[in-house]
Amino acid sequence: MPEKAKIVLEHFHFYYGADMALKDVNLQIPPRQIFAILGPARSGKTTLLKSLNRLTDLIFGTNHTGHIFLDHQEIYDSQISLPELRRRVGMVFDLPTPLPQSVFENVAYGPRLKGIAQKRRLEEIVEKALRAAVLWEEVKDRVSSSALRLSGGQQQRLCIARVLALEPEVIMLDEPCSGLDPISTASIERSLTELKEKYTVILVPHNIQQASRVADRVGFFLSGELVEEGPVDQIFTRPKDKRTEDYISGKFG
Amino acid sequence: MISRYTSQRVGKGVVWVAAFSTLAVMIWILLQVLVEGLPLLNLDFFMDSPRQMGRTGGIFSTIIGTLALTAVAIVIATPLGVGTAVYLREYTRESRVSRIIRFGTDCLAGVPSIIFGLFGFVFFVILLRMGWSILSGGLTLAAMILPTIICTAEEAIKAIPYSYREVSFALGGTRWQTVAKVILPNAMPGIFTGVLLGVGRSVGETAAIILTAGSSLLIPTSLFSPTRTMSVHFYILAREGISMEMAYATGAALILMILGINTLANWLLWRYFRKVGG
Repeated sequence: MPEKAKIVLEHFHFYYGADMALKDVNLQIPPRQIFAILGPARSGKTTLLKSLNRLTDLIFGTNHTGHIFLDHQEIYDSQISLPELRRRVGMVFDLPTPLPQSVFENVAYGPRLKGIAQKRRLEEIVEKALRAAVLWEEVKDRVSSSALRLSGGQQQRLCIARVLALEPEVIMLDEPCSGLDPISTASIERSLTELKEKYTVILVPHNIQQASRVADRVGFFLSGELVEEGPVDQIFTRPKDKRTEDYISGKFG
Repeated sequence: MISRYTSQRVGKGVVWVAAFSTLAVMIWILLQVLVEGLPLLNLDFFMDSPRQMGRTGGIFSTIIGTLALTAVAIVIATPLGVGTAVYLREYTRESRVSRIIRFGTDCLAGVPSIIFGLFGFVFFVILLRMGWSILSGGLTLAAMILPTIICTAEEAIKAIPYSYREVSFALGGTRWQTVAKVILPNAMPGIFTGVLLGVGRSVGETAAIILTAGSSLLIPTSLFSPTRTMSVHFYILAREGISMEMAYATGAALILMILGINTLANWLLWRYFRKVGG
């Protein structure tokens, strides 16, 4: 078992109305590694991510049972501050979602919400975040032009920078390379491997190969159930469950 | 059996006639007023107050009245309307309450202006003792244009992608921060359109204003002064046969003013967008 888990799920069920999206998930996610969540469409991957920072709260009519702990603290506790939780557990979505503002304003958005208003301080944060997302060199001369004018790959790295600007502890990425060309994908994967030095990364890869390239551990989900979880080598070479094997070898997907 | 070719031609003909009759009616109305009124316009007409009930002199006091009434209406209706739209879209989901609010605004939109005038007269003028005044008239107009502002603001907010909200929350935003920094700035063009429609309706209104703001030709000195707007002036000049010439001149000035307001608004919007960068 991994050292001390960053995130622990215990008997976690999640429902959209009467539909069960996650069923009795028990999982421990170790710190400073890349944890990949594999599974076919509608297996609960995105729901799992959005449960971890309670973005699911935005949707009406959802329900859950069980527990999720972040550093041993129950995140569904009524005492918890949601903005604070989301700053600690950042999320990058499957499609690039820059706000219709300048590059600078996009990255400064989160820090500003936190109450940082000093121009100098914001400039430092923005540059640091853009460097960490391997985007600084490409945009340093046009941080004040609209983020919508960046290419798709640049926009997605901007979204990563936006999350990094909040100095989170956990970064979740939901198929961050869907809709991106191989070169942009490679540069995002490069930044992912750098990120795990400091952060706990949870990744829904956009294909199985990506998981094998970057992940340390893999969890395989099917219809809302965690079928199997383990180190990447073991899952890819000696899966314990027949369904995992079938999925990895491409018999369904 | 009509051939496909014929039905195509007839169809095209029908929509063509519809489109061009609309244009023709519009041009005819504008021309009628402008041709009769424009030659009478000069600086004195704008800067002088009406004399002999408007038979001679200018329309200065009615311009002030129009601007003041419209301003009061917009200043009151915009925050109320936008606030309602934000509440309906961002703070509550489709429920009994939101349906009641929406039904109420729909009804309000269909009420004839004379009814608003009567309500304003009974409520603001008499009951609240505001008398015939810019305040009474402005409040009445505000109630009249509120549904338009709510409706257009709501449409604009509805059109904002869900992902913007999700991003804002994911970056640690509270609901209010999301509304203030993402929703309202992006809904601004739609809100602006609604406000402009409200301005148009306020400037053009007569019945409700005569009942609530009166028809005084004096230059108003406070919110509690009675006043006469350009539309009311036009109506009284024409209706009471005081001076058809002056009526047309007022009409022409009114049209110029509406054009001016629209141009100014478009320019402001354009500048706003250049600053935000889209």
